[in-house]
Amino acid sequence: MAENKKKPKLTTPLESIIESLFRFFDNKVYRYTALFAASGFLLILPSLSSRFTQEIMTNLFFYVVVCLGLNIIIGYAGLLHLGYAAFFAVGAYTTGIMSSRFGIDFWLTLPFSVVAAVLAGLAIGFPTLRLRGDYLAIVTLGFGEITRLTIRNLDITGGAVGLIGIQRPVFFGITLNQISHFYYMFFILAILAIFVSYRLHDSRMGRAWEYIREDEDAAAAMGINVTTSRLYAFIIGSSFGAVAGSFFAAKMTAISPDSFMFIHSVMFLMAVVLGGMGKIPGVVLGCIIVVLIPEISRDIGQYRLLIFAFMLLIIMLYRPQGIWPDRPTISAKE
Amino acid sequence: MALLEIKDLTLRFGGLCAVNALSLEIEDGSIRSLIGPNGAGKTCVFNCLTGFYKPSDGEMLFQGQSLVNKKPHYITFLGMARTFQNLRLFKEMTVLENVMSGMHCRTNAAFFTTVLRTKSQKAEEKHIREVSEECLDFVGILDKKNHMARNLPYGDQRRVEWARALATQPKLLLLDEPAAGLNKDEKSKLIELMHRIRDDRKITIFLIEHDMGLVMKVSEKIFVIDYGVKIAEGTAKEVRDNPKVVEAYLGKEEEEESA
Ligand SMILES: Nc1ncnc2c1ncn2[C@@H]1O[C@H](COP(=O)(O)OP(=O)(O)O)[C@@H](O)[C@H]1O
Ligand SMILES: [Mg+2]
Repeated sequence: MAENKKKPKLTTPLESIIESLFRFFDNKVYRYTALFAASGFLLILPSLSSRFTQEIMTNLFFYVVVCLGLNIIIGYAGLLHLGYAAFFAVGAYTTGIMSSRFGIDFWLTLPFSVVAAVLAGLAIGFPTLRLRGDYLAIVTLGFGEITRLTIRNLDITGGAVGLIGIQRPVFFGITLNQISHFYYMFFILAILAIFVSYRLHDSRMGRAWEYIREDEDAAAAMGINVTTSRLYAFIIGSSFGAVAGSFFAAKMTAISPDSFMFIHSVMFLMAVVLGGMGKIPGVVLGCIIVVLIPEISRDIGQYRLLIFAFMLLIIMLYRPQGIWPDRPTISAKE
Repeated sequence: MALLEIKDLTLRFGGLCAVNALSLEIEDGSIRSLIGPNGAGKTCVFNCLTGFYKPSDGEMLFQGQSLVNKKPHYITFLGMARTFQNLRLFKEMTVLENVMSGMHCRTNAAFFTTVLRTKSQKAEEKHIREVSEECLDFVGILDKKNHMARNLPYGDQRRVEWARALATQPKLLLLDEPAAGLNKDEKSKLIELMHRIRDDRKITIFLIEHDMGLVMKVSEKIFVIDYGVKIAEGTAKEVRDNPKVVEAYLGKEEEEESA
């Protein structure tokens, strides 16, 4: 058929591997078996591995949550966000302040963390989302820095030193104080983030974002409120970051402004863009690359920014859709 | 009361007056055409009606409600749908997904119902799909629903746009040069389709068209504009015999030839 002729030729070996994977996993039985196997492996991993490995894997799960949140903003809604670490900071500091200063239980701080992120998202999204993309990039970049500087200079946030003594969460009677606890906690969060991302993608809301990305005016003519849809993406994505930030604060028990620098926003962005904006497996792949490459060896770790910059350049030039290929078939999502 | 009433609509771009004190009425259940030489301001009229351009002056009433300063999505919600002169499909999406966009303003699932995939959300998704498929069936390309929009031949892409506009469940349909680029066979199907839209679906049609033959066949009343000014209105015959119209078209042609 005509579709097959127009399909671009497969270029990289990775792509053909992934395409055969696609076809393989079109089968529901295979798909669920693989998912169960992978989850099973990840579930028993802590009893098989060192603290160091668990630490890295926890960091990976954390990245998956944060980057899937950012992906809703960048990948789904097509908004370039350069200050995502700020939302992560809003969550971390909401929990940090409530927990260390007022002794409020971790779980009670979570809703406040989300509300704070929503308010912050509204505050910068509302005036800027009606503008074209470049403005948003600049405003979010500025917002990221302003947030960090504010945190650095307020008393309640502990200034440059930051906060210490953030309480450990208690989960069904267990105080979460070991790396394996947080491994499982972030594992659950990552699964949740993936789940929510999928549900949003295959929905009225997800389609609206896609229409807007494809053609803003046509989307408006079809009755889609472009500003509101974008604001939704902005708020939902920010909430992901805030929740991750709250758990981050609980895991570290101490946070400082240095955890929320521009470079963190860049790393999150890198993971999303490298793997493939808007594609959930792509984002996960991007997180794996960004988190694991620096751990391969100390030397590589030192030059990670150089390596990432180079990879990003290659990706931008030759594969703007990211490493993960687009779905090769024409089939509709059934 | 007329379904749509335009009073003294004026649109200026700096010194250029693209639409000049235009007044017209579209009666419920009618098919009306807007014609005029290239650059006469026809598309501008549509862009004002649908909220893409802000009129410099004048009033537009749709079912008695003013459209001035309303956003495009809200105007669509009120029941006015449009197609674009140059196709504006969501090219990287399937035909069905394209049409489903029209149902957006008639449905309302939000974050929590979506994530929890509640019964009502599932029912709504099914409803969106069914209505969209029905619209595709109506324009005759249901069999292509899973194709990527960009892979369709031009004539079929036009149909996707009509189906998409129909999916918004409009009362008034604005078609901007729907026959442009269609062959003879497709044009006659378009005429039949427009009659079905009006007769079966009770949707009023207001179209811009270049093909005079088609305009004469399909519309009971025609408005002619030139340089943004209405120079004539009436039946096909009245318009054709109007010396002003003849001059507008012939004059233009001479200019174009000499240019
Ligand atoms: N956004 C715009 N800015 C400036 N001039 C415009 C704009 N849109 C249309 N025009 C001008 O308005 C006039 C009418 O254009 P248009 O409505 O597209 O004509 P047509 O009758 O062929 O559809 C043209 O001279 C065109 O150049
Ligand atoms: Mg035009």
